[in-house]
Amino acid sequence: METNTQILSTEDLRSQEYFLNMGPQHPATHGVLRLLLTMDGEIVKNIEPDLGYIHRGIEKMVEYDTYRQIIHVTDRLDYLSSHMNNEAVALAIEKALEVEVSDRIKVIRTMMDELTRIASHLLWWGVMGMDIGALTTFMYAFRDREMINEIMEKTTGARLTMSYNIPGGVMFDLHPDFVKDVKAFIPHMRKVLPEYDRLLTGNIIFQRRMKGVGYLSAEDAISHGASGPVARGSGVRCDIRKKAPYSAYDRVEFDEIIETGGDNLARYQVRMREMYESLNILEQLVDNIPEGPYQMPMRTLIKLPKGEFYQRVETARGEFGVFIVSDGKKNPYRVKFRSPGFSNLNALIQAGRGVKLADLVAIMSTFDFVIPDIDR
Amino acid sequence: MTYFGKIFYGIKTLWTGMKVTGGYFFPNITRKKYVITRQYPDEPAVVFPRFKGEVVMWHNENNEHRCTGCQACEIACPNGSIEIIWKREVDPETGKKKKMLDQHIYHLSMCTMCSLCIQACPTNAIMWSTNFHNATYDRGLLTKVLNKPGSKLMAGVEE
Amino acid sequence: MMNMLSINIFQTWLEQTHGIWYVLVLAGIAAIYLGFFAVAGLMLVYLERRVAGYFQLRLGPNRVGPWGLLQTIADALKLVSKEIFVPKMADKLLYKAGYYIVIIAALLALAVIPFARQIQALDFNVGLFFISAVSSVGVLGILIGAWGSRNKYSLIGAMRSGLQMISYELSAGFAIIAVVLMSGTLKMTGIVEAQKHTWFLFQGHLPAIIAFMIFLISGTAETNRVPFDLVEGESELGAGFHTEYSGMGFAFFFLAEFINMFIIAALGATLFLGGWLAPFGITDGLPAQWLWGIIWFLLKVFVLIFLLMWFRWTFPRIRIDQLLTLEWKYLLPIGLVNTVIMAWMVWKDWLIHLG
Repeated sequence: METNTQILSTEDLRSQEYFLNMGPQHPATHGVLRLLLTMDGEIVKNIEPDLGYIHRGIEKMVEYDTYRQIIHVTDRLDYLSSHMNNEAVALAIEKALEVEVSDRIKVIRTMMDELTRIASHLLWWGVMGMDIGALTTFMYAFRDREMINEIMEKTTGARLTMSYNIPGGVMFDLHPDFVKDVKAFIPHMRKVLPEYDRLLTGNIIFQRRMKGVGYLSAEDAISHGASGPVARGSGVRCDIRKKAPYSAYDRVEFDEIIETGGDNLARYQVRMREMYESLNILEQLVDNIPEGPYQMPMRTLIKLPKGEFYQRVETARGEFGVFIVSDGKKNPYRVKFRSPGFSNLNALIQAGRGVKLADLVAIMSTFDFVIPDIDR
Repeated sequence: MTYFGKIFYGIKTLWTGMKVTGGYFFPNITRKKYVITRQYPDEPAVVFPRFKGEVVMWHNENNEHRCTGCQACEIACPNGSIEIIWKREVDPETGKKKKMLDQHIYHLSMCTMCSLCIQACPTNAIMWSTNFHNATYDRGLLTKVLNKPGSKLMAGVEE
Repeated sequence: MMNMLSINIFQTWLEQTHGIWYVLVLAGIAAIYLGFFAVAGLMLVYLERRVAGYFQLRLGPNRVGPWGLLQTIADALKLVSKEIFVPKMADKLLYKAGYYIVIIAALLALAVIPFARQIQALDFNVGLFFISAVSSVGVLGILIGAWGSRNKYSLIGAMRSGLQMISYELSAGFAIIAVVLMSGTLKMTGIVEAQKHTWFLFQGHLPAIIAFMIFLISGTAETNRVPFDLVEGESELGAGFHTEYSGMGFAFFFLAEFINMFIIAALGATLFLGGWLAPFGITDGLPAQWLWGIIWFLLKVFVLIFLLMWFRWTFPRIRIDQLLTLEWKYLLPIGLVNTVIMAWMVWKDWLIHLG
């Protein structure tokens, strides 16, 4: 019997690949990141990030600024970790000038760091829920983030771009309500974090969306220079707070959060558990803020000695480094910011190949990009 | 996990999530218990005293300010938001010519609220105001002259 | 010219066969339904926003009119006043046909919903079949509209929509069959009358409850709501199939989506919760039975709609392969087995009859 059916090989059945422009205006990129995706149906074959849509030339700009003036631009890099960015510059300048700041300054900086970290992770949690379709998480996270914002606003006068650190101290002394507010915030946060777990983490749809998706191996994480929760989710020990303690991190007890899954869920869990650790740090410090000056005496016009100075801190997204080359003038000769987002974006290309479009959105939200941090 | 075990586990977790949202929804119907948003124009915004709204110059009741026109803030400002125009005036007491403030121009549209000018000011002439109602239809209105017309330096500031 | 001619032929046919009054009554009924369509759509949008507000610790619309009731009307006016934008490379015919098909399908399905005894535009003996047939026409509108707009995001959304509709029609069908087995008729009024003493949800106890759950899940999927809103997938696809639509074009899609939600809830209320019948006949002796019927019916519909909204504001979105897994590995086999059990129960008469 003769049949007309022709057996098709897999080669014939292969569908045509097409390009999809994800961004620069796309809800999931949280900014102006453009990803050029090579797609096969729903499956992402390749990712090409295209940067530069929010490039402001900050590194060049600060070459014309005095050292005191550098700090306020670092707010605009990773605006969710603005306090840590400020601190990195301040620490680098203090390191160059060999200034030892008082214990009070160290503790204030550490507490502010941890508050900023919680605020950043809360925003990430809310937005991540939105990215995978649970729209209510956003408002719940913002409700709790608002408490931190108010603490910040009381002390520093700003809610996001605080510019609170200055070389040799902090801009203002702590607000009298600070200790009371933080003490009210910690138990509140401990109460709502399990609620977050009930709402999202335990949800079967969420678990299915997260588990085993966007795998990034430890080797890949290291070779792409990933840091922060992204690398720690792959089991890489890279917490600068432990490796090279700065400020008051050498006097507090906390665990470096490591998850070995390497998938979305691991990165998610790292951030969720980090919030608990940050609360631990806050709890240890809130009763022990030492007395002392909040600003060290420093010259108005700071001139760094000739040389190269590097300081790294752990922001909410990973390792943030400031590299200052000084030729002894009042302006730096060259400043380089090592931003965590840029390196993590490289790791995204590794983790995001071969997943579905919906998964790519989820992976991007677990990588937690802040686009101005990538572009600078 | 078995086939039916998975189904029941799934339904259980979904119901757990629904309990969380439902726990906020039902009290909100009648009492608005958990509503966290502020109805802004009706309810006043909560602004804390240290809030960095805009830079203002403090004047006392005799229309005197503390600015000597030393330009420290202008130098400290990272992005040129502050311009000081100064003049030479004859001091009535000593009869010598002296550098005086003519206009303290502040470009709010360029200001990044970094506080460096206020920190740099040797006489505490400028300070933060908590005013944030700065929206205008004309960008030119955001360039402000901080010293009031006809104001002069407070006596005894320069010592 | 062609249009005028065809309308004239239709009109003469109606007048010759049925007389002018019949035509007028028909037009009146159509007008009432169109009015209901618009009002229900706007009210549902308002309701959704209010409910979302309360779920999200907000107030929702509260500025325009008393309790913000006029907010959606203001929004609709805004949408009417906007330019209807057609992308340059779009296939104009398909692009414009898209929303008409969607909205006509939604309207057609509305015709057989019994609001109360005798209050129904069309009550014919295959009403249930008609609904499930017509509601799958809507997806055609989504598909061609998205294809016509020449946008890759739209196309991905449309393909997902087709996949989703084909899959979930099956399990929705099996859930409906379970009810038909009990009622023995496809006529909507007949189904409601068969629940005179006991609602089908309780009459068929366990299998009926399973069928109801399957119906709710596949109904949520057919109306493209969270957790099955992959067609829109606003964080993935921008706005999915209606990315390129503006003004009234967008408003039609939006309205049709909410009317579809109403239809699914109405169908659920009719099939499982006794339609216009009062629970335990508590309002049976009272005057104005038709009004009580509408009240009970809308109340039941509202409960189901609220359930759908509760789902929407709690759950994350599922992925396309998980969507298919859920359908083909869970809902469909369970629905099949459930239908067999139901048939067995009806045969052996193991149903619960109260009163």
